[in-house]
Amino acid sequence: MPTYSTNEFRKGLKIQIDGIPFQMIEMNFRKPGKGNALYECKLKNLVRGTVTDKTYRAGQTVEAADVSEFTASFLYKQGEDFVFMKSDDYEQYELTPDQLGDDAKFLKEGMECSLLVFNDNPIGVTLPNHVILQVQYCEPAVKGNTATNVSKPVTLETGAEVLAPAFINIGDWLRVDTRTQSYIERSKDPNEG
Amino acid sequence: MFNRIQNLQRRSELLNRLRSFFYDRNFIEVETPLLSSEVIPELHIEPIAVSSDATRRTAFLQASPELHMKRLLAEGMPAIFQVTRSFRADELGRLHNPEFTLVEWYREGDDMQAGMNLLDELCQTLLGTPPARRIRYGEAFQELLEICPHTATCEQLATCAKRNAIAIPENMPTTDRNEWLNLLLTARIEPQLGLTAPDLLYDYPASQSALAKLAIRDDGIEVAERFELYWKGVELANGYHELTDAAELRERLTVVNQQRELAGRHALPMPESLLAAMQLGLPNSSGCALGFDRLAVLAIGAEKIGEVMAFSEENN
Repeated sequence: MPTYSTNEFRKGLKIQIDGIPFQMIEMNFRKPGKGNALYECKLKNLVRGTVTDKTYRAGQTVEAADVSEFTASFLYKQGEDFVFMKSDDYEQYELTPDQLGDDAKFLKEGMECSLLVFNDNPIGVTLPNHVILQVQYCEPAVKGNTATNVSKPVTLETGAEVLAPAFINIGDWLRVDTRTQSYIERSKDPNEG
Repeated sequence: MFNRIQNLQRRSELLNRLRSFFYDRNFIEVETPLLSSEVIPELHIEPIAVSSDATRRTAFLQASPELHMKRLLAEGMPAIFQVTRSFRADELGRLHNPEFTLVEWYREGDDMQAGMNLLDELCQTLLGTPPARRIRYGEAFQELLEICPHTATCEQLATCAKRNAIAIPENMPTTDRNEWLNLLLTARIEPQLGLTAPDLLYDYPASQSALAKLAIRDDGIEVAERFELYWKGVELANGYHELTDAAELRERLTVVNQQRELAGRHALPMPESLLAAMQLGLPNSSGCALGFDRLAVLAIGAEKIGEVMAFSEENN
């Protein structure tokens, strides 16, 4: 099993403790002047989603997590669950609403995502950073107001609500950042190529 | 987002004011080797070794200019300072970069109190801080953790860490008190230091004396005459009332090398040139080393060291 030494620790590293995969979501290198280096980590349990604090001394090693990540597209919702299909072998995976969290609001059929799998079980999904979605509802655009500093809530086709400038209309296409859940710019209709 | 160019301009102004601070006090600026075959061995500082096929010799990028500056002090330069690059392997984080800028100074005749006064003055001048509060290492532990760092056993220190809900590394040694003290200091004391005024932590445990003189206080406890300055939770400087006894230094460094080998690391060459100079006489003095990049972080209000360096490990 491959391992990581403390000097390879960095944010985002996926490690395994007692068979459970964790992601290092924070890593703070602390070293009192003349003392031993300490690596203060916040570890997210990739199966349960919980976060724990763990401190390592310089020179310790941890196991690399036995997880794989690959491209899969969102097919459809089956009951409460979300069904994805791996792009290369058409294998299907189901994720629960809990595993998707807020990201579910930006999911659209056919969207290509990155699926994280541990022991053949899907444990998480990462959406593309930027997605283009159509406005389903918003208050009418204010004529002549092209200022970008006036915002209003708009509802997108997937059900997500973001703040967008006042000139946006129903039917417009918006480029949205899924990480910050925020409006970036008005976009062309992606179907028109 | 930070403005890198503006930060570098402010760093340059700070460097200029720092130099004036020392020139105004009749310090002489010196330059000592970055590369030397000798180092002062330390248990937790890894120098970066450089070898050359041509000469088949190994030299070390210096982890601090201490060795050579003390030789100058011994040769009769009574007040010296230096701004220099220093190198420490594997030190990388919000406040660490393997290559960084150290300000180091020595003044003959100073004891620990005088050394602390000069450092306090420097902070007030360059950072506009209020006068530093002075707190003994033992007092800080009593006040924040209700434990005596000089007498507590490893078991007592471990119990204290558990009681304070500190995340304890799995392989903590059962006999090295210093490791436990460092864990407690890092987790629960440092974050409380220098919140409203800088804190000068002094009278360290004798076991963490490094190159500081030992002294016995009124309570009968032997302490190291070593001090560190903290401002806004950042450890900014480390100083000593300097150890002048060559035989004692040799003894301490021999122990350090034994500990290094026990920890699975190489022993490092002895600083024979410094030991010889000390044999001839190192004057009574206080010296201090200050992280200039950290000073810039505090002066500018930056988030991390990389924001105040032209090129750090992140972008070099």
